[in-house]
Order: sequence, then C-alpha cells, then structure tokens
Amino acid sequence: MFDGWDAVDLARAQFAFTMAFHIVFPAFSIGLASYLAVLEALWLSTGREVFINLFNYWLKIFAVGFGMGVVSGIVISYQLGTNWSAYSDKTGPIVGPLMAYEVLTAFFLEAGFLGVMLFGLERVGHKLHFLATSMVAIGTLFSAFWILSANSWMQTPAGYAVNPDGQFVPDDWLKIIFNPSFPYRFVHMVLAAYLTTALVVGAVGAFHLMRDRHLPGARVMFSMAMWMATLVAPIQILAGDQHGLDTLAHQPVKIMGMEGHFQSHKDGAPLYLFGLPDQAAGEVKYAIEVPKLGSLILKHSLDAPMAGLDTVPREDWPPVPIIFWSFRIMVGLGFLMLGLGLFSLWTRWRGSLYESRPLHLFALAMGPAGFVAVLAGWFTTEVGRQPFTVYGLLRTVESASPLAAPAVGSSLVAFVIVYFIVYAAGLTYLFRLMAQPPHHGEQGPSHAPVRAAGITPAAGVAAEGAAR
Amino acid sequence: MTGIDLATIWAFIIAFAVFVYVVMDGFDLGLGILFPLFPEKADRDVIMNSVAPVWDGNETWLVLGGGGVMAAFPLAYAVLMPALYTPMIAMLIGLIFRGVAFEFRWHTSQSHRNRWDIAFAGGSLLAALAQGIALGAILQGVHVEGRHYAGGWWDWLTPFSILTGLALAIGYALLGATWLVLKTEGTLRDKAYHLSWFLLFAMLGAIGVVSVATPFLHIQYTERWFTWPNMILTAPVPIAVAAVAALLLRSLANKRDNQPFFLSLALFALSYAGLGISMYPFIVPQSITIWQAASPRSSQLFMLAGVAVLIPLILGYTSWAYWVFRGKVRAGSGYH
Repeated sequence: MFDGWDAVDLARAQFAFTMAFHIVFPAFSIGLASYLAVLEALWLSTGREVFINLFNYWLKIFAVGFGMGVVSGIVISYQLGTNWSAYSDKTGPIVGPLMAYEVLTAFFLEAGFLGVMLFGLERVGHKLHFLATSMVAIGTLFSAFWILSANSWMQTPAGYAVNPDGQFVPDDWLKIIFNPSFPYRFVHMVLAAYLTTALVVGAVGAFHLMRDRHLPGARVMFSMAMWMATLVAPIQILAGDQHGLDTLAHQPVKIMGMEGHFQSHKDGAPLYLFGLPDQAAGEVKYAIEVPKLGSLILKHSLDAPMAGLDTVPREDWPPVPIIFWSFRIMVGLGFLMLGLGLFSLWTRWRGSLYESRPLHLFALAMGPAGFVAVLAGWFTTEVGRQPFTVYGLLRTVESASPLAAPAVGSSLVAFVIVYFIVYAAGLTYLFRLMAQPPHHGEQGPSHAPVRAAGITPAAGVAAEGAAR
Repeated sequence: MTGIDLATIWAFIIAFAVFVYVVMDGFDLGLGILFPLFPEKADRDVIMNSVAPVWDGNETWLVLGGGGVMAAFPLAYAVLMPALYTPMIAMLIGLIFRGVAFEFRWHTSQSHRNRWDIAFAGGSLLAALAQGIALGAILQGVHVEGRHYAGGWWDWLTPFSILTGLALAIGYALLGATWLVLKTEGTLRDKAYHLSWFLLFAMLGAIGVVSVATPFLHIQYTERWFTWPNMILTAPVPIAVAAVAALLLRSLANKRDNQPFFLSLALFALSYAGLGISMYPFIVPQSITIWQAASPRSSQLFMLAGVAVLIPLILGYTSWAYWVFRGKVRAGSGYH
C-alpha cells in the first residue's frame, strides 16, 4: 500500500489532518478557561448561585474538551520528529526552545492545576480553587503566546543566523520571539478563541432559551455570550485587517494568493468577491470583482499599484485556490459574527433578547462558526506559507523525514481511524452535556457518577422550578 | 560561562525529565496494564479516581522530554524519531486511547463504559510496550548517514527490543500494583499486594535478562561495565539493586503500605542509572555524542535560564496537587 505515493504529500496530509483536529480544542479551551475564571469570580464576588451552576456546567464540558486537546497535542509535538526530521534538525535550535518554554510555562501550569480545578473545590476551599482556575486560564494564554511565537517565526523569521550544518541558530532571542508577525497573530488568535467560545456558549444558551426562556442559567450565559460577540467581533475584524497589512509587508506572495492576484495591477487592484482561481492557467475564472477595492483595502489608496504572482517564480507560488477560498470563508464568517452581535444588541435594546426566536436560531446556527473560521484562517496562513516551512528559507520538500511512503501512509491511516473513533465519541459526549439544561444545584465533574446514577433531567427541571 | 559543559548539563536535565515521566506516568500506565485483573466496577472506579487528578501533569513530562531533545539536541531528535517511527506512532495511539478514557468512561452507559475500560487497558499496555521497545531500539543503535537516519521503518524490531518492551511493561505494572497498595485499602489492596509479589520477581528477572543481554549488543557496553577502573563505579549498581529488592520483599512481607511503591521507584532509578552508565556520552549509541548533537550555546543557555527557575516551581505546585489528593481513595467518595 502507498507505493508510488509521494511521502512528503502524505506527511503534509497527516500534519493537516492531525493539526485540524487538534487546533479546535485549544481554541475552545483558551476561551472557555477564561470564561470559567470569570464565572467563578462572579460567583465569589456576588454569591449568586446561577454563576456556580454555570461554572460547574461548563467545567464538565471543559474537562472532556481539554483531555482531547492534550492527547491530540502530544501527537503534534512528536510528529515534528517522526515526519519532519530534517525540519527538526534545522530549526530545532530556534523553534525547540520556544516550544520548550511553552511546556515549562503553560502545559505544566494547566496540567498542575487542572486536577484541583476539576475535582478539588471541596478540598482546598474557594480562594485556592479560584487560584487554580485562574492558573489554568493563564496557562492557556501562555501556551498561545509561545506556540504562536514559534509559528510566527516560521512565517516571518527574524533574529537568526545559519550555521555550517545548515541549521538556523539564534542570534537575538527578543527578535525571534517578537518577530514581525507575532503580535498580530497572537492578538488575532486569542480573540478568535474568545469568539469561538462565546459562539458555543451563545448557541447552547439559545438552544435552552428556545425551550424555556425563563431558565436563569440559559439567560445569563446567552447574555454574556452575546455581549462578547457584540464587543469582540468588530475588534477582531480590525485586528484581522491589521494582521493582513502586516502580511502584505512581510509575505506579499501570500496576499497575492489570498486575493487571487495572478496579474499585476499598475493602477489599482480589484477585490474578487468570488471566482474560481485556476492555478495552472494563472487566472481567476468567473470572477465577480469590485474594481480598485483591493488596493483601497490593502494600500488605502484606490490607484495604488499592486504586484501579482506574475512577478514571482511559479515554484514559489502557494496553492492559490485553497487560500483564496479559506480566506473568504473566514472573512465571511467574521462579518456574520458581527451581524449576530449587532442583532443581539438591537434585541437587547428592544428588551427581547431572551424572547427573539430569530436571534436564537441565528445564534444556534452560528455555534460552530468560530471553529470553522479558526480552521479556515489557519489553512489560509499555513497553506499560504507554502511551498516553504520557514518562509522563503526552507522548502517543505527539504523538511521531511527520509521515510518511505508506506510508513507515512500507514501512520496516516492509523491516525484517521483512531481520531474518528475518539472524536466521534468525544463529540457525542460533549453534545449530550450541552443538551442538558444548566440547572439549580449543578454539580461539577467530581460528582459525575452520582449524577449519572441518580438525578434525572426531570428532577433537575423540578429543582430549577423550585429555585425560581 | 564558557567553561561549562552545557551539553552534559542538558543531558542530565533531559534524563531527569524522562525519569520524572517514568516515575509519574509509569504507575498510571501500570494501572492500565493491571486493569483487566480488576473486573469489579467499584474497584475500577477507585483505580481511575486514584490518578484522574494527576495523569495529565504526568504526561506533560513526556512532552518536555521529547521537546527538550528537539531543542537541546536537535540532531538526535531528527535521527531517532524516524528510526523509532513505528513504536512512536504506536505509543501516541496508545496514549490517545488511555487519555480520553479518563473522562469518557464517566459519560457512557454501563455497557459502553466497558469499551473505554478496554481502551484504557489496551492503550496503557500499547504505550508501555512501545516505550520499552523504543528504549531497546536506541540501545542497540540505529543506522545513521550524515545527519539522517538511513535505515528502514522496521529496523527497530529485534528480540532485544521486544525484551525491553516486555521488561518496561512489567516494571510499570509493578509500579501500578505498589501504587494501589499505597492508595487503596481492603480487598483491593490485598489483591495489589498479591500482584506485587509476582510482579517483583518478574521485574527482577527482566532486569537480569536485559543486563545480561546488553553487553552482547556492543563491545563498548562490555568495556564500560567490566573493565578496571570503571568497575569501581559500576559494581555498586547491581549490589544496590539486590539491596533494594531485599527491602522491597521485606516491605511486602510486613505489609508496610507506604514503602513498596517508593522502593519500586528506587529499583527503576537504579535501572535507569545503569542505562545512563551504558549510554553516556552517546545520545544515539555508537553514532552521535551529546556534543555532536547539541544545539548552539545560545539555545541551551536560553532554555537553561527557564529551566532553573521553572522546574522547581513546577515540582512545587505539582507536589501541592498530589498533596491535595493525598491519602487513601475510597469507593464512592472519589473526586469523580
């Protein structure tokens, strides 16, 4: 099996597959950990029971998602060695320490306090437990900091030298860590994580409000989620725009691919709203374009000239159709999120936030939008980096392990089978948890067996009724 | 700082991280290996609850070990990972199944839960065997040309690597059994005592066979252990193994709940020291030394600063987490 296949293509497919399944969980965990810290802080400061109920409700969901993120993350860290050994040898002196700092400052912090956060409320008391929750939340942010620094360095390498063995070696660590695209990418990703979580929380809240618009937990979570969408979506669009301008400055070829600019435009480049990029022919077919808008957005001038892929050797072109579309999906979803936020603001002002069925349906439909946008954005930036692993310096084909295609192909098949089993089960459990309404006296993960054996949903509803 | 041998410091740091991993994840992989021997649901719940709050932190040391090699000895990482391709993939798949089982088993109906119990047991055994096989494959050496691994993806498969795979699985099972002695009571503990006896003899046998077989792999291993004056340093290792084994037997006989686990860890530490004596200063035996594989000083120094500050902190709050969940785990009063 797999004889005659290209081992590098299989390795890329394996990375894309395992990473796509991994990235959605950290994106969710970063946002959810912060949300949990906020809920616990609100509970401690106001003493209102609804906050601890919500905290325990989302904590159970966090526990399942976090575990799936951990195990899929270990796969990624070892895959750099197994499938991308030449990359590891050449970039290890720079990327390695950044990832080591991620382990030391983030993974241990999250893992060390996770047990107490999940199971320890009765054992350590409120203040220490809140400390544990906060440490987990901070850990997820540290993790994002280091891994995005490493990723950004691959996009916009800085502060390095090359030694006689062909390795990238550090010259200035501050320049490496705070490389040109890092601040933009970090802000963009953390905001994306917050939005993703807000949309999930909002969808779950909407789902339960449609069944019972008086449910206190559903009302509070829905309102909080809609505030997040209202406030963060516009900020995210601005941050994304800034990130794009930074990419134009440092990776103009990626922008040409994202925009489908095969040809150079001397007096103002169009914005293609839709079209079918044809990589071989070097043109966008069936294009619907707005003249000069591309230059206006990217150069803030209608007539600014913009170079196209015709100025770049073909062997350095990224796969244009993929990033052209993934970019549009991401941006489109971003504007839908903005729309949801504005719609919720309007209903809030009208006083029908908890009653508006169109809003609830919209929020429910947008539940997975954050994940899709994160994946689309990630495809845009990573596929747009091709055909390089370290942009402009190290080609993907020079990064792979000296392995035969059957080895890489077999492990790919193994991961696909395992992930489908594990993720199918995990998503089933997550949906089952989310389908339960948050109720009065909600228990955390520490009482899962008791809950599973004893309190039925009916009893929960009755208790909720009694609380009102 | 120019006179300091950073490569050796980093070899010790990574050896430390890997050892902490073995200490901490060894027993919880061992619990998975022993799981089929405890068919009672109540026993299984207690066993799971005894590690549920800490398993995630335990596995983080594996990420530090792997990531540390990439950062401090990138050439060794680049050569060893493709050489260990199949065992590494098997280990990852084993860790996925056992990792998710900790949460998933609580979210299923009774018949379903057994499925995740199988995933927990099978995944643990697979991960343990794969780690032992990887160790054996490293010891027997890999085919290197230039800066690349130049062998095939089944080169690791030899009787010796299978032997080390089984040996590590037995060792982890012993750690798991003595952990149960420490953390449980009643019939569960009694059964764990019983298993500990059997597993201790199996582990001593495994240590013996691996120790006898290793010198036959390469003449360097023989010279390292059996030439004068090296023997001044190497002879105490087997003597210490015998002494710890005797203490362990006594603690099992006298039913001192708090001792067998830590004495089993001492056995692991001694075996590990023996491994270090055999390998040093090679990181890929017979091919690449730690100095040849080392990343530049600026990389190693940059990380050393972080390690010096953060590892003590990590050990501090990890100990706190263990302290919070200290004592015997009782059925029904678990944190799950």
